[in-house]
Amino acid sequence: MRIVVCIKQVPETQDVHLDPVTHTLQRAGVKAIINPFDLYALEEGLRVKEAQGGEVTLLSMGPPQAAEALREALGYGADKAALLSDQAFAGADTWATALTLAKAIEHLGGADLVFTGKQAIDGDTAQVGPMLATILNIPYVAWARKVTFSGDKTIEVERLLDHGYDAVAVDLPAVVSVVKEINEPRPPSFKAKLKAKKENIPVLTLADLQLAENQVGLKGSFTQVVKVFPPPARGVPQNWTGTPPELAARLWARLQELGLQGC
Amino acid sequence: MSLIFYPDKCTACGLCLDACPFGVLSLEHEKLIIGQGCTLCGTCVEVCPLAALELPKEEAPSTRPQIPPDGIWVFAEQHRGKLIPVTQQLIGEARRLADALQVKVAAVLLGHQVAALATTLLAAGADKVYLAEHPALAHFCEEPFSLALTELAQRFRPEIILAGATYVGRAFIPQVAAHLKTGLTADCTAFDLDPEKRLLLQTRPAFGGNIMATIITPFTFPQMATARPGVFKIRPPVHNPTGEIIPVALTSLNDPPHSRFLAIVEEIKERLPLAEAEVIVAGGRGLKEAKNFRLLEELADLLGGAVGASRAAVDAGWIPYAHQIGQTGQTVSPKLYFAIGISGAAQHLVGMQSSDFIVAINKDPAAPIFQIANLSLVGDALEILPALIQEIKKTKLSNRL
Repeated sequence: MRIVVCIKQVPETQDVHLDPVTHTLQRAGVKAIINPFDLYALEEGLRVKEAQGGEVTLLSMGPPQAAEALREALGYGADKAALLSDQAFAGADTWATALTLAKAIEHLGGADLVFTGKQAIDGDTAQVGPMLATILNIPYVAWARKVTFSGDKTIEVERLLDHGYDAVAVDLPAVVSVVKEINEPRPPSFKAKLKAKKENIPVLTLADLQLAENQVGLKGSFTQVVKVFPPPARGVPQNWTGTPPELAARLWARLQELGLQGC
Repeated sequence: MSLIFYPDKCTACGLCLDACPFGVLSLEHEKLIIGQGCTLCGTCVEVCPLAALELPKEEAPSTRPQIPPDGIWVFAEQHRGKLIPVTQQLIGEARRLADALQVKVAAVLLGHQVAALATTLLAAGADKVYLAEHPALAHFCEEPFSLALTELAQRFRPEIILAGATYVGRAFIPQVAAHLKTGLTADCTAFDLDPEKRLLLQTRPAFGGNIMATIITPFTFPQMATARPGVFKIRPPVHNPTGEIIPVALTSLNDPPHSRFLAIVEEIKERLPLAEAEVIVAGGRGLKEAKNFRLLEELADLLGGAVGASRAAVDAGWIPYAHQIGQTGQTVSPKLYFAIGISGAAQHLVGMQSSDFIVAINKDPAAPIFQIANLSLVGDALEILPALIQEIKKTKLSNRL
């Protein structure tokens, strides 16, 4: 079983915040981390490999320093990793990212099962996984909390939707995005970490893919960011103290004033 | 492509260094260094007071394709024959945009034996309803839904497609955009128009709501976006709507599928989904034990809302994961959000800070949640909540008398 897990290096969102007074973006030395959701995708990939046999390949696209995220992820026990890195890839939207990842997966020999995290915590789009599946022309299932094999070419997936949980059957190859409920990621292993330290992580550039320069990065993107700005300011915050009945009565009166008394 | 820097305009003020979400900018001997890892997000360009930074401009193709003929589409999401409210909310918003562009609004209803919903869609403000019924569409599954909507969009060619950013919308709309080879913006909270260029200006939060971005799809059609439930208002229903209901046959579902719906495993029946709730009562570690969530449920019921939770409360096993709000849970933006016994870790804040009005109750006056709350009540939630519930009951009782 050829298992590919997509990993994204992201700034730790808790370090990116707005100054409550000036409403400017403040950073206290942004730390780069593995997108937290991707660790569940990685764990699921490792579990499928343990049950079904095969190989887990990690794939990421990003600047050269994203190799560190892959190295860290290798420490959990994946077999190998590849980094897509080229200045031509910069500014890619979700479509251009998915197209680049798809060509890389083909370049690496294809995949039977691709796992992604639910979404990345910097962009929160959840679009790269489904677009990747569409470009690879294979099925996609979102928000999996359980993956079981029924035969070696079909999986049954239990997944979260707005009304609860559904079960779907999916023929492989497929792309599956996972939610955090799916598993409890193992801690990194000392042995794997040692091995990861020495691992040579190949870097794939535009020249390695069957793509033209105008199909990747900003040039290959269908969307463009035209403006970035701070979110609208909240009203002046109020702090109340008092006895519980006082606070409760005052709160209820205020909510009614504001028309927030519900139905 | 890389960021364009004009050294002669730069005064090394350092604003862009603080603004860069990726930390790739640095100053060496008062000279700006653009490090590896720039994603061209544009945040630094916005903060630079001297316009010393610029995003590389994409050359416009000589011809943008002709404006497609079929106006604005809204994906009509339903579950078991009931419309999901974001559908009517988006039809209301599509109506506003369509009137400005002088085009029609179509609702696209996919399902099985759902024809009865079509009139409701017309009453919500749609000019016409495309009704595509097929047994494979009886329950949601990415493959048939994405094939069906793609087929219809290719046949009728809308200028814009909007859908709710629900679990369903976010699962299959990206596939439709990829099939149609066009741009898609996720989880928008505001729409506007550039009427001259007929561009849809799509605004969405990024970095967990810490910054807002406006995004366009300048060269391809349809322009596509998913929109956060609860942001747009439902219009008063049109009486005796005159719009047209157009049944359409699908050919894309004839081939044997590679994925299929099997069964509903578990249904959350008791309360409305978090994403649709106008009021959310969320609890955290300060509730101390599972049984105290009953107070939250009671308050939520009185206000017609839903119950949410912080990761701490979910990890403690007090409430299922489906209720978790925050970075590894759901992102919500209700009209009223109660954060009860939630200290306000950054991972929680990113999931709820775009709520309209936030009430925080916490014993600790230094709790970070108070930084973003509109109303901060310092005290013991387990004492304040019962008193609040009493107050509300008193009002509701006297209203009934």
